[in-house]
Order: sequence, then structure tokens, then C-alpha cells
Amino acid sequence: MTALAQFRRDTDYTQANLALVAPFVEESLRVKTMNVTVENLVKAFGATPALHGVSLDIASGELIALVGPSGSGKTTLLRLIAGLDFPNSGRVLFGNDDASSKTVQERNVGFVFQNYALFRHMSVFENVAFGLRVRPSATRPSEASIRERVMSLLDLVQLNGLEKRFPGQLSGGQRQRVAFARALAIEPGVLLLDEPFGALDAKVRKELRRWLREIHDRTGHTTVFVTHDQEEALELADRVVVMSQGRIEQVGTADDIFDNPATPFVFDFIGDSSALPVVIDKGGVSLDDRTLAIDANGHPDGPATLFFRPSHARLAGQESGTIVGTVIGARRHGDIRRLELEVGAARHRCEIDVPADADVPKTGRVAVKPAKWRLFPRAP
Amino acid sequence: MTLAATSATFRSWRQPSIIPGFGLTFGVAMVYLSLIVLIPIALLILRTTQLSWAEYWEIATSERVVAALRLSFGAALIAAAINAVFGVIVAWVLVRYEFPGKRLIDAIVDLPFALPTAVAGIALTAIFAGNGWVGQFIEPLGIKVAYTSIGVVIALTFIGLPFVVRTLQPVIMEIERETEEAAATLGANRRQAILRVILPTLVPALLTGFVLALARGIGEYGSVVFIAGNLPYRTEIAPLLIVIRLTEFDYNGATAIATIMLAIAFVMFLTINLIQVWARRRFGYV
Amino acid sequence: MSEQSLPALAAPATWRAPTAEGRPVRLLLIGVAVAFIVLFLGFPLLVVFIEAFRNGAGAYFGAFADPDTQHAILLTLLVAAIAVPANLVFGVCAAWAIAKYQFRGKAFLITLIDLPFSVSPVIAGLIYVIMFGSHGYFGPWLNDRDIQIIFAVPGIVLATIFVTFPFVARELIPLMDEQGTQDEEAAISLGASGWQTFRRVTLPNVKWGLMYGVLLCNARAMGEFGAVAVVSGHIRGLTNTMPLHIEILYNDYQWVAAFTVASLLALLALVTLVVKSVLEWRFSHELANGPR
Repeated sequence: MTALAQFRRDTDYTQANLALVAPFVEESLRVKTMNVTVENLVKAFGATPALHGVSLDIASGELIALVGPSGSGKTTLLRLIAGLDFPNSGRVLFGNDDASSKTVQERNVGFVFQNYALFRHMSVFENVAFGLRVRPSATRPSEASIRERVMSLLDLVQLNGLEKRFPGQLSGGQRQRVAFARALAIEPGVLLLDEPFGALDAKVRKELRRWLREIHDRTGHTTVFVTHDQEEALELADRVVVMSQGRIEQVGTADDIFDNPATPFVFDFIGDSSALPVVIDKGGVSLDDRTLAIDANGHPDGPATLFFRPSHARLAGQESGTIVGTVIGARRHGDIRRLELEVGAARHRCEIDVPADADVPKTGRVAVKPAKWRLFPRAP
Repeated sequence: MTLAATSATFRSWRQPSIIPGFGLTFGVAMVYLSLIVLIPIALLILRTTQLSWAEYWEIATSERVVAALRLSFGAALIAAAINAVFGVIVAWVLVRYEFPGKRLIDAIVDLPFALPTAVAGIALTAIFAGNGWVGQFIEPLGIKVAYTSIGVVIALTFIGLPFVVRTLQPVIMEIERETEEAAATLGANRRQAILRVILPTLVPALLTGFVLALARGIGEYGSVVFIAGNLPYRTEIAPLLIVIRLTEFDYNGATAIATIMLAIAFVMFLTINLIQVWARRRFGYV
Repeated sequence: MSEQSLPALAAPATWRAPTAEGRPVRLLLIGVAVAFIVLFLGFPLLVVFIEAFRNGAGAYFGAFADPDTQHAILLTLLVAAIAVPANLVFGVCAAWAIAKYQFRGKAFLITLIDLPFSVSPVIAGLIYVIMFGSHGYFGPWLNDRDIQIIFAVPGIVLATIFVTFPFVARELIPLMDEQGTQDEEAAISLGASGWQTFRRVTLPNVKWGLMYGVLLCNARAMGEFGAVAVVSGHIRGLTNTMPLHIEILYNDYQWVAAFTVASLLALLALVTLVVKSVLEWRFSHELANGPR
């Protein structure tokens, strides 16, 4: 499936989803959101390439996650959308307007920085009010309406009563919410969050994750957030963009990404996986010259990598075409037990899950059969 | 009994450590500190008790002393203000921009710390005297620098610059780029970002540098006496008046002025500490 | 800044980094800063050398033939040779006691060590006159025994020690504090003595900081004017250090000779700055940071 086709399908999904949420959007907080189009962005820092022609369509009101390992270009993409940096080529559109000639100030994006970047010499109130106070006098709200707006935002992020505090007197989670309220104060067309929960401990992260989803559903902002945590991305976002080495590997819903990984990278990066080097020959798949009961499904002949999830593999009996190997370790993994195996003549490592109470020989030979799998061509 | 009691007090005063040498090093440091600094200063203050309050007051409020203190304080204040303005620019340029000769400029900032004050004094005089490098051009215009209070301000500006620059530099270095970017995404133009976000964060450091330069300026002697002209009531600084009183063997006069200056220095010192405490409490940094 | 990391492909003409000033503002600020530093600091330094060579190299080197000048140079070296090691020993002791142990009143002690920096140099001289001068506390007692401190070399040494007192200590204390006590505790637990621990574990870690402190201490010791002026009595050929000798020559209208001696001290300042800069560039991580 091409990225574009996938996008169309997902947009429909998102629109449907939005229609469901729409009645809950509060009138007072509702803003004019816009869709964002990224076209062929190329960016290099000196000789180091950061983005190789990235294109992405973000629907109005969508909550989208950019996920990938560090150095995958996700933060660079976010900064290019915000206008904090410039692309070497390509462009960003807000609605139908080309933003290329617009400065950061003119783009009206709400940006929440990883370390929040709060103004330490300003109270919480003044931090949130900042974006309104720096407006040119023609569009600057009156002192009373600034006050009203700041207080309602602090109410939204549940920080009422803390408006006189300084950032240094707040906890990490509270600072995060101040940064959020500050970004919302300027009524941004798009909300961009760079690792919004990166600096928080695990428990606060989980709470804020749910909170962010709620706020998004209430305010309806087009929101893009960057994370390296796939769990966060899959749980929170309408759609997930998986990035690697300056390229988009796949765009899709959590289901798409998890069930239908488009590339070996996505299969490997999202969820647990085992990978074995196989060879496809005339429609048959073999591992170290042992033919497997796996259909090549139209894949061309040649070297390939067989991917499967540990949870999709099971121990097999005396069947033909199984993957045969030796158990070299077993770890308890929640409700299941994960076995580490050495398989094939070349002793490749792979993992499978078995029920915790299954009777597994600690070191004996076992046969394994994946129930679901994917094949990707591999360079010889 | 006594020994046990002593060691108990000792323990509560100092946390135990396996590293040896505390007694020796602490002892040497305390004895040396007492002999060189504490006892002499204490004796100076004690000396003022030989004066009655009325005598002390008479010296302190005599016209010449007041004029000298006013000049020292006033000129130091103006010089510190000049340095505050240019110090911010110099520190900003040295931290944020790249330009040829930057390292050289950065090194020269410390010159007033390294150059003996007497050398600075005669050099500045050679520049600003009536027949000097600059003086010969500005005196015909009616601007007289050497042997006037302007000369004092010039010398104190020379002395004070590194205090402001060196206090500001690390603080500017620590400003996170994200903070400025945040201001930009919120719609602030560069001027607004500098005036509302950057400069306010520099205020504690700037105040500290300002007070350091001020304190140094009030006590400065060597660089000033050459260029000041040293006319009583007009261009005579307070430290010079102490020296004059000493050459007259008027120890009481010298001591009285000295204690006033010590009091001023103490107030300055207190101010710096209050600034730091305030900044740390409010911003969580200095 | 970000200008350094610009990609090979140039930014579009309309682009301006949100954290950078426009080019005209940047150039203006650089211009103001450079002009201020060059005019206010660089120019006086240059003037010293120009004035010293005003009558040619012959006159310049001729000025050193004056026995009083020679004596002033020797006395300055002597005073520094006593004051710097004395403050070095004190600084190391104080830093060890303060940085390697936890005790009450530590912050106050550090404040006391910094005290000489906030005292006018003239007062630094005055306190010793009050103590040892003929009308001072110990004056009569010293007089009876024919011991001269004020208007003699011991007074000059004392005043110099006072004004250079904090340099080594305040450089070492934050540095040794930062490095903690784990290395020393490890050495002690391996059987090293206190002295061995200091010499083999602590010293190698702080040697550049120590050198830095000594360098600044020495520059001030050789150049101190106010404090020394008060206690010296300006006796030519006896109690005149180089800075004092400059004053005398200057007041005698021996312009070139005054600037000749001044140029020596200016040279010392230049060497100090160069070594200081080299230390800061190469070993910045091994020096205590913060304003000096």
C-alpha cells in the first residue's frame, strides 16, 4: 500500500473519529484549527543529512505522533514545521497557505519544548500571558481579557491557585502543564510538542498521557507530538508516523503499524520481534537449507528476512517445515514465558512466547512454527 | 571526662572523615587568616574607640572628608553604570557572536586585573593630559578630563569593566536556546525577546557585577591618583585622604575614614549576598 | 551560535534564525564592544610601550642603568618570592580543610578569606601602620628592640600578602569541592598516607587551577601599589618596589624612565594574560568556573 493510499484511508478513519469527539469540544476553548501539509522537506546540518524529502499530510484536529529512535529526524521535522529552522528544499503549508516565507512569529504555532523552556523570572501567570502581551497593540487583548483567558487556561490544565508561583517552585509535571497552557494561550493553529513527557518519571508520564488526550479532545487542536516511546505513540495518537534516518517508514493507525508493518525497520522498532535470514527459491522459503512450511506469497526469489512476533509463534510437534532449535534461556514476561532459542545450522537467535505454565524442556531441542509472519527482501 | 565532652562537641561541629590532615590544615589556615587579616582589621576598628563619638562624628562630617567620600562613591557609581551598559554588550558579543580577534578581545577584558594600577594610572594620564594623546584634541573643545572628576570616572571605568563582563558571561552562556525559541513561537519579535526574556534573566548577575565594580571603584587608589589631580574638596578621593592623614601622622583621622569605608564595603558585600539569595529563591539560579 | 552549523546549502535570503539578531544589529554590537575594549583597555596598554620607547631603544635600556631602578626590580621580585609561596601554602591548607571536610561555619570562613578583596588597598596598608607604626599598638615595643616593620621591607611583604591573600584559596576551594572526596577516600583505604594522598591523588587533579591561582597572585603581588605605598615610606633604593618607583620617577618628570619601568610591569601583565588564556582554553574543565 502506498503511503498516500494509506493516508486517505486513515484520514477517513480520523474524520470519523473526530465526528465522534466533536460534540464534546467546549465552545469556549474551541479554536480554528488547520490542516498541515509537509511537502518533500530536505534538511542537512552541515554535511550531515537530517531529512531526505519527507512528505506528510496532517488533518485538521488530528493528534499525530512522530516516533523513531534518536537521530531519526523527528525533532528536526517538528522544528521545520514550527519555523524554528529552515528546510534546504521543500515546503510546509498551513491550510492552503505556503508558510515558507513566514517567520516563526507569524506561523502562530504552539510549541512545547522538551525541557519546557519556561521563563524563570516570570510567574506562572506571566508565562501564560506572555504570548498575548507581546502582540502588537492593535491585536493585543485588554488586561481584563488577558486575565480571563490565562485563568481559564490554568483551569484547563488544573493549575488554578498556582498563578503567582515561579517555575522554580513547581514540580516537573506542573511545569509541563504551564508550558502547555502557555502554548495554548496564543490560540495556535497547530500544537507541536517535542517529547512532551520526556523529562518526567514513569508514573507522571502515564497520568499526563491520559490528560493530554482529554485536553486534545476538549480543544480540538491539530497536534503533532514527538516521542521515542512507541507505547506512548500507539496509545495516544490518532495516527503514528514512524521515522528512521531522516525518512518516514510508515504512517498509520496503531493497528496498521502493529499488524501491518510496512518495512523491516517498523517491524523491528514497534513491538517485539524475531528476525531470521532466509532464502526464497521458486516460491519456497528455507532457513539454512531446511525448507520451512511458509508460503513466499509472491515474494521474488533471493535472500530475505523472515519476521515474526514472539507472541505469534508456537511450539510445534512432529511436523515438517518447522524451525528447529535449542532452548538457551527462558524469562518470565508478565503472563507468558519468553524462550530464547538458537535455531538453524548457523545458530541464529530468536524468541518465542509460551504460556507460563507450559512444560518446556530447559535445554532440549524444540520445533517452532510462526502463525503470522512477514517476509522482506534482504541484500545478499 | 573533659576529653570525652570535647570530642563530642567536636564531632557535632564537624562530620567525621577518614581523610587525615584536618587539624593541621585547618589550624594553619586559621592562624594565618587571623594573623594577616582578622586581628589587624579588628585592631583598626578597635582603634576608633580611642575617639569619642563626638570626635568621630566631627571627622566623618568634616567638609573635606564628605567631599572625598562623595567623589569616591559618585565616580564609582557612574563608572559602574557605564560598565553595566557596555559590560552587557561586551559579554553578549563574546558569548554569542563569532568574529576575527574574538579570543584576543576576550583575553584583554582581564587586563585591568593583571595590569598594575600605577601603570594604568600613568597611561591614562598620558592619554588624557592636556598635551596627551587624546587630551590635546579634546581640551581645545573645552572637555577637560585629566585632573578633573571625569578623570576619576575614566580610571574607575577602566578598573571595573572585567567585574561586570566576567559575572555576566557564564550566565549568558547558560541561557537555553529553547527559552528564546519559546518566546519566538509565542509571537515575540527579537526586540521583545531580548527586553522581556533575556535581559530580565540577566538582572541578578548584572546587579552583582555592578556592585562588585562599584565596591572596587570606591576603594581604588593607584589608577586614580595620577589622573585625578588630587585637589582637596574637588578631586581628592577618600583613599587618598587616608594616605594624606597618615603622612600627617593623624592616625585618628585616617582610622575614622577607613572605618567608614569598611562599613560601605560591608554594605556592598551584604547587597551582593542579598541579590544572590533573592535570585536563587525566586529563579532557582544565580 | 547557529551560524556555525549552517548547512552547505545556504539559507534562503528571507530566513533569519529566531534566536539571532539581524546582521546590522550584530555588526553594530560587535563594533561597539570591540571599540570599547580597544579604546578603554587596549589603547592605554599600547601607550605604555610607545611612551617607554619615545626616546628610542637607547634611552629605554639606559633607564635600567639607574641603581634605584635596579633595586626596585630586585625588591619587587623579593617581595613576590615571599608573598606568593606564603599564600600558596595557606591557600592549599585552607582549600584542603574547607573542601574535603564538612563542618559548620564553612560558608562564613570562605567569606572571611575573600575579605581582603573587598577592602581598599589603602586600608590594607593602614592596618599594618596601626599595628606596627611608631604610634601603633606594637610600635613602641618594636622601637625599643630596634625592629623596623613599617617603612621597611617586612611591612611591604605583609601588605602584599594581605592584598594577594585570597587568590590561591578561592581558585582551589571550588575546584577541590567539585572533585569531592571519593578519590582521597579510595587512596586512604588503599593505605596511602595523608601527604601521599595529597601529592599523588589531589594535586594532579588541581595542578592547573593551582597554577592559575599562583599566576594571578603573582601578578597582583608584583603590581600592588596602594597598600605598599602606605607602608613603604618611599625610601629610594631601600623600600621602593617597581610600582612605587614608577610614581617617584613620574613625579620627578622622568617621563621615559617611568614608562620604562611601567613597560616591564605591563609585559608581566601581558604574559599573565597569555598564560591565563592558554590555561583557560586548554584546561577550562580543570579550572573552577565562574567570575574571577
